[in-house]
Amino acid sequence: MLIEYAIASFFASAAFGIIYQAPRNTIIKCGLVGMIGWVIYISLVWAEVDSVPATLIASFVIAIVSQMLARIYKTPMIIFSVPGIIPLVPGSLAYDAMRSFVQNDYSAAISIAAKAFMISGAIAFGLVFSEVLNQIMKKMRQTKTQLR
Amino acid sequence: MERTEDLIELCLLMGKIMQQNGAETYRVEDTMTRIAQSFGRDEAQSYVTPTGILFTISPGAPAKLVRVSARETNLEKVKLANNVSRKITNGDMSTHVAYKELRKIETSPTDYTMLMQIIAATLASGFFTLMFQGSWYDFLPACIAGGLGFIALMNFIRLFEIKFVAEFVASLLIGFTAFSLFLLGIGKEVDKVVVGSIMPLVPGLLITNAVRDLMAGHLISGLAKGAEAFLTAFAIGAGIAVMFALF
Repeated sequence: MLIEYAIASFFASAAFGIIYQAPRNTIIKCGLVGMIGWVIYISLVWAEVDSVPATLIASFVIAIVSQMLARIYKTPMIIFSVPGIIPLVPGSLAYDAMRSFVQNDYSAAISIAAKAFMISGAIAFGLVFSEVLNQIMKKMRQTKTQLR
Repeated sequence: MERTEDLIELCLLMGKIMQQNGAETYRVEDTMTRIAQSFGRDEAQSYVTPTGILFTISPGAPAKLVRVSARETNLEKVKLANNVSRKITNGDMSTHVAYKELRKIETSPTDYTMLMQIIAATLASGFFTLMFQGSWYDFLPACIAGGLGFIALMNFIRLFEIKFVAEFVASLLIGFTAFSLFLLGIGKEVDKVVVGSIMPLVPGLLITNAVRDLMAGHLISGLAKGAEAFLTAFAIGAGIAVMFALF
């Protein structure tokens, strides 16, 4: 059920906000950012999109929402994006890879580890991509005002 | 005119606080040079790595170094430091006041009590188990194992100087708790319980920051963070692996 996942990811992200000691008045927003990301990710996976592009899109959206919140509340963006991306982090894949290593199933372990690496790359790429977009937009606005 | 030494000290302290509490490398460098610029020092240079910060304010002036020995994630302090830097660059705060303010931020106690963090880690473990398609039967054992693991990590980090040993012992405890509860008939899928309860220890932020620093051209920072993340992941994996071998 999507609702169940949404609630679980909300509380998981908010709890991570507390573990990472985000300011008190941002905890609920951290949870919401995490929930948005996870709902997008899980809907894409259910629509049979591969998990790497799904992660990329979800982390891109998380970064955009975090940037908007950061601009509204005049705080650094990482306060929202860090707890928000936590649900996407391939913890279960890393665990599966480790378990396969221990059970001497090296070929499975390497392929799962590669997948985990791809997913963390996708998270980082989504964040960087939205930042680049943000900077381009800033520059365009500057040149527009200069032209006037 | 501000004294050069005061300005250098201010920039270094700002960089140190931001780097210690989990700000991105480029943001630390950016903030330091921007503070210097707001006092008319356009040639300031900073070099930030996860373990130390080098800063020089103008070609003739001496370069100063600050060592960053411990890193944690404290977003509240990043936010407070950011507020101070905003005020300085807007010209609303003198270096003297800003320095005092930063000292206060550096030594201020954390906003959340230990108990609240433990409760948060407990709940996070349970909900992560649900997110990884675990059933509600696995919620309770994941909470117990994750909470115990987090308590162990917090205490062992103080006990052992080396962080990775603390992580190894904490994940041993998580594995032991999860497997024992499973043998007692609490929980349906032991895999999901373990995955959920190791999540508070998993270096997710470090891995992502490492790749991000690499992409932004901070190659040394990226590799260093990647190495730290790898060692942490290895410590956690090894702890769980021992329990797999035993049970």
